[in-house]
Amino acid sequence: MPMDQVAAHDHDDHDHKPGFFVRWFFSTNHKDIGTLYLVFALIAGIVGYSLSGLIRLELAEPGIGPLTGIVEMLYGTSGPQAIEQTKSFYNTVITYHGLIMIFFMVMPALIGGFGNWFVPLMIGAPDMAFPRMNNISFWLTVAAFVLACISMIVPGGNGVNGFGGGWVLYPPLSGMAGHPGPSMDLLILSLHTAGIASILGAINFIVTILNMRAPGMTLHKMPLFAWSLLVTAILLLLALPVLAGALTMLLTDRNFGSQFFDPSGGGDPIMFQHLFWFFGHPEVYIMILPAFGLISHIVSTFSKKPIFGYLGMAYAMVAIGAIGFIVWAHHMYTVGMPSDMKAYFVAATMVIAVPTGIKIFSWIATMWGGSIDFSVPMVWAIGFIFLFTVGGVTGVVLANAGIDHSLHDTYYVVAHFHYVLSLGAVFGLFAGWYYWFEKMFGIKYNKFVGYAHFWIMFIASNLIFFPQHFLGLNGMPRRYVDYPEAFSLWNNVSSWGYALSMVATLLFFYGLVEAMVRRRKGEANPWGEGATTLEWTLPSPPPFHQFNELPVVKNEGGH
Amino acid sequence: MNNSRIAIIAIGAAVFMLGLAFASKPLYDTFCRVTGFGGTTRIAESAPDRISDREITVRFDANVANAPLKFRATQNALPVQVGAHSLAFYEVTNTSVSDVSVIASYNVTPHKAGRFFSKLECFCFEERIIKAGETKKLPVIFFIDPAIDEESNVDDVRTITLSYTFFQTDDFRGAANTASLD
Repeated sequence: MPMDQVAAHDHDDHDHKPGFFVRWFFSTNHKDIGTLYLVFALIAGIVGYSLSGLIRLELAEPGIGPLTGIVEMLYGTSGPQAIEQTKSFYNTVITYHGLIMIFFMVMPALIGGFGNWFVPLMIGAPDMAFPRMNNISFWLTVAAFVLACISMIVPGGNGVNGFGGGWVLYPPLSGMAGHPGPSMDLLILSLHTAGIASILGAINFIVTILNMRAPGMTLHKMPLFAWSLLVTAILLLLALPVLAGALTMLLTDRNFGSQFFDPSGGGDPIMFQHLFWFFGHPEVYIMILPAFGLISHIVSTFSKKPIFGYLGMAYAMVAIGAIGFIVWAHHMYTVGMPSDMKAYFVAATMVIAVPTGIKIFSWIATMWGGSIDFSVPMVWAIGFIFLFTVGGVTGVVLANAGIDHSLHDTYYVVAHFHYVLSLGAVFGLFAGWYYWFEKMFGIKYNKFVGYAHFWIMFIASNLIFFPQHFLGLNGMPRRYVDYPEAFSLWNNVSSWGYALSMVATLLFFYGLVEAMVRRRKGEANPWGEGATTLEWTLPSPPPFHQFNELPVVKNEGGH
Repeated sequence: MNNSRIAIIAIGAAVFMLGLAFASKPLYDTFCRVTGFGGTTRIAESAPDRISDREITVRFDANVANAPLKFRATQNALPVQVGAHSLAFYEVTNTSVSDVSVIASYNVTPHKAGRFFSKLECFCFEERIIKAGETKKLPVIFFIDPAIDEESNVDDVRTITLSYTFFQTDDFRGAANTASLD
């Protein structure tokens, strides 16, 4: 393949790209793989989002209703048997909603999609360090998703297909006693595969970031998005093998007669919870840190100021990552641990609010006194900061073991983690999407659609999740198919919020299609003086191969 | 450092964490035994040398998980002098017409008292056969470690409950091999 010169080329088709099949199936180009990840995450996101629609449909009114119709259609049963199956079916719906959103939507989009696209561009690298391994990571993720989908349609237990024990996979519900069918085994295989894909991806990011930065770009001048991916990759590398270990024990418990989690043989099901949350807690930071990184760029770009407290921002992420490994048991205050241990986990958990607060205040300080341009990505970023802060505050409430004893597994927890993830990470995703859309695809989106998408989504997601705080405080447990009459008002509001979010989602796809049909030519840097990172020095879309002559970063660079 | 060097270090870190996940099984067992975490009791070789004035009520609880057994404690509760060793009995009857192979697990509550509860003899984590219709008396010899007087966070402990659960082992291949907690 001939070497292209960045400067000598226009952004159109002067690059020598391979043919369609080779380009998209054997891809080793970080931008193509990034695009593949984004398309994949969109597809998985539609599946996960539809599943949450089933949840809100069922919970719109008290009583077991709408899902029974689906069960009757799927299993050809009726009467009391169909009602029983509906209960189990609901459990599988919430389980796969969680797993798909976490492993096949947020992670592939933020890490695989934006990470692959923009880490090499921002650090001035021609590609990722191991391009072929990058390809393996992507296709393993696809394979994992296919396995998860198969797991949904093979027998699980309790008379329905699929695993219904929640995304946390606690035994004994995930053991042979709870789900004897092959569904759980396929799910274990799926998560193993997704885990391997993520570990390979993490190694790729670590090597790329440590070794392939442009001359002059020291770690302390590296853009914050690259910092966020570096910390995320390290978290993935240390957390995922622990999940793999726990899942392997579960697999051998299920199939080969070991008794790691079986008390009759001296095992302990609580040990699974410890192992799972040792992975699970860093996992939530894995999902939010890349969003932290890109929000910093957006806030800085549209305030036309360098980010406030750059080093503090970078090391706040490092601190969040490090502390994230020593707070896991705050997910399991109710297992009967001693008070001293609870006291430790309460204190350690609250400490996380310090670096997180540093980030929030630094974003605000960046905006302070800036000449703010309320462009589409900026409103999404401000929406992110607002919603994430709401979720963070309820997180500090839940960190208290005493309060958690009454709120554990209620809708208050559901509202909390959807504020930080569904609204936090997802708003981060959309902010990144509207920030880099023109750069990635070389076309402009319709700004009006972007604003409309934001406002409707903002109102809708608050309508969905804010009332769930009230439900939780009033004691409505999560993962239940039905609820007493008393909870019907706020559940109803929440479901109407979901209906409104469907309008927002349609607008999002409309905006995507409209941009692709109109093909308004994108600029290299549509955002002006505030956009200082290296990706804006390239044309939009960037050439197939970039930085064949490495850019040199001057002293006052980087923010 | 070159690329493959960093990659190898990274793979090493991942493999180390995987190993740690599996090492958590013996680590967790050891941790429970050493700290009495989760109400794990102690095994002792000999009785302590002093007896204190403190009296603690020990209650006895019997459960059957999945076996055709009738299982009960012969006494509901015993007042026990801290440091003195006591004898209690459980009674198990096989109510079925065939022999069953069973195993018992146990713990004590409150969990924080676990490490002061020492047993000289018990019937835990040993597979045993109970013949059809047979009734067996199972003794437990135990004492409460006088060290309990020296720790302030167990000052409020007036009652300790010892709980046993019988499981049938036929369903669980390899149960005897993994009965390593004790």
